[in-house]
Amino acid sequence: MQELMKKRAIELLADGTCDRVLGWEKGDFAYDQTPALFHTAEELRASFVYNGFSAANLSKYLVKECRAGGKIAVFLKPCDTYSFNQLLAEHRIKREMIYVIGVACDGKADVEKLKDAGIDGITDIREEGECYVVSTIYGDKTVKKAEALAERCLNCKSRKHMAYDELIGESGEVVPNSGRFDMVEQLEAMTPDERYEFWRGELSRCIRCNACRNVCPACTCEQCIFDNPKSGVAQKAAVNSFEENMFHIIRAFHVAGRCTDCGECSRVCPEHIPLHLLNRKFIKDVNSFYGEYQAGEDPAARPPLGRYEKNDIEPGEAGGNRA
Amino acid sequence: MQDVKEFRPKIVAFCCNWCSYAGADLAGSSRLSYPADVKIIRVPCSCRVNPLFILRAFQRGADGVIMAGCHPGDCHYTSGNYFARRRMTLLFSMLDYLGIERERTRVEWISAAEGAKFSKTMNEFAATIAALGENKRLEDLRCKN
Repeated sequence: MQELMKKRAIELLADGTCDRVLGWEKGDFAYDQTPALFHTAEELRASFVYNGFSAANLSKYLVKECRAGGKIAVFLKPCDTYSFNQLLAEHRIKREMIYVIGVACDGKADVEKLKDAGIDGITDIREEGECYVVSTIYGDKTVKKAEALAERCLNCKSRKHMAYDELIGESGEVVPNSGRFDMVEQLEAMTPDERYEFWRGELSRCIRCNACRNVCPACTCEQCIFDNPKSGVAQKAAVNSFEENMFHIIRAFHVAGRCTDCGECSRVCPEHIPLHLLNRKFIKDVNSFYGEYQAGEDPAARPPLGRYEKNDIEPGEAGGNRA
Repeated sequence: MQDVKEFRPKIVAFCCNWCSYAGADLAGSSRLSYPADVKIIRVPCSCRVNPLFILRAFQRGADGVIMAGCHPGDCHYTSGNYFARRRMTLLFSMLDYLGIERERTRVEWISAAEGAKFSKTMNEFAATIAALGENKRLEDLRCKN
């Protein structure tokens, strides 16, 4: 797969389809890959990687790259193409500047799960059937995929590419009952006190590094409200529970109806706060109140918060323990 | 002499300029009372109410926040309250999801002719909040005195 992609990228550079390629390269650690721009065949040969650790969603980088001039080729996994479509719908990127190469994806490994399984000193990863073979400085280790996949991949909502110019590997299908709302439902079934305790436990770990915001393909404002010194949210670790709550409520609200549930926020969180559970709550609410809606599926669709029905549900009827 | 102060809830009411604020006026000129704990903030339209306003009100010490606007279909700007309704529905549902008491937030549609409804709603809401007690889950200690 990686070699196929490398070969195709070199061809695209050579025939002038694009003048740079956006992909992944090895980071400081094998499992810590970073998005990278490749301008020449040499660069691609030297450092391009695609494997079970190539988790980053590259679509957000296109916002900046589109303005730099010249055509860019980009590798997008199925879930990334939803973000891509959403950015198109919001006129954040220009379709004609981008050549999309859809790449098949069978899920990405969660390095924390590998570490929990006692695998250290990771140098490489490859797929063999239903297993990952992880190379480490202590030799190769084999892990079942089901035990190493990231949460978002276990509950993958779609293996189908929503947009592409060409495909490498095959595009799969939308997964109808992905189980991604199971945890949200469990939380909803709790009492408010239990929910409050659960979220205090999670959100109080927030160090306000802003990684969730910076990585989010839906957060593309030039000036973010949280960068405003008058916003009342300081650019530092929150000093009390209110700031934590406010940051996370507003962050999730600002992407409500636009979040494609790509799961990047939870992936990058250094404190492993399950931020996707906030986003999924909004997605679930939108689905149940205003009809099924998947952001990024159809760039022409009106967003749920940008339209209304005369007989919409009243705010008093929403929420858990009304009575 | 009792040292313990009786708990008086602080309530913020966002009222739209065209309906609910006029409704409050009518309540006043009709000599219908509503609790002095209710502090009205006039907004041009219920749609002006940003989710951040609601949170900010709680931060600054409110124990309950109510948003009042024109009845759906009667918006001075045709559709503002329809959008506001969707936003508040999602926000309130999220607050509930985080375990913050659902009863602390409320939306009511009050027209300029409904002085009585304004007074009744505010009395009810103030009683609910007084029963719930102080807002602890969305408080900012720096703003408390």
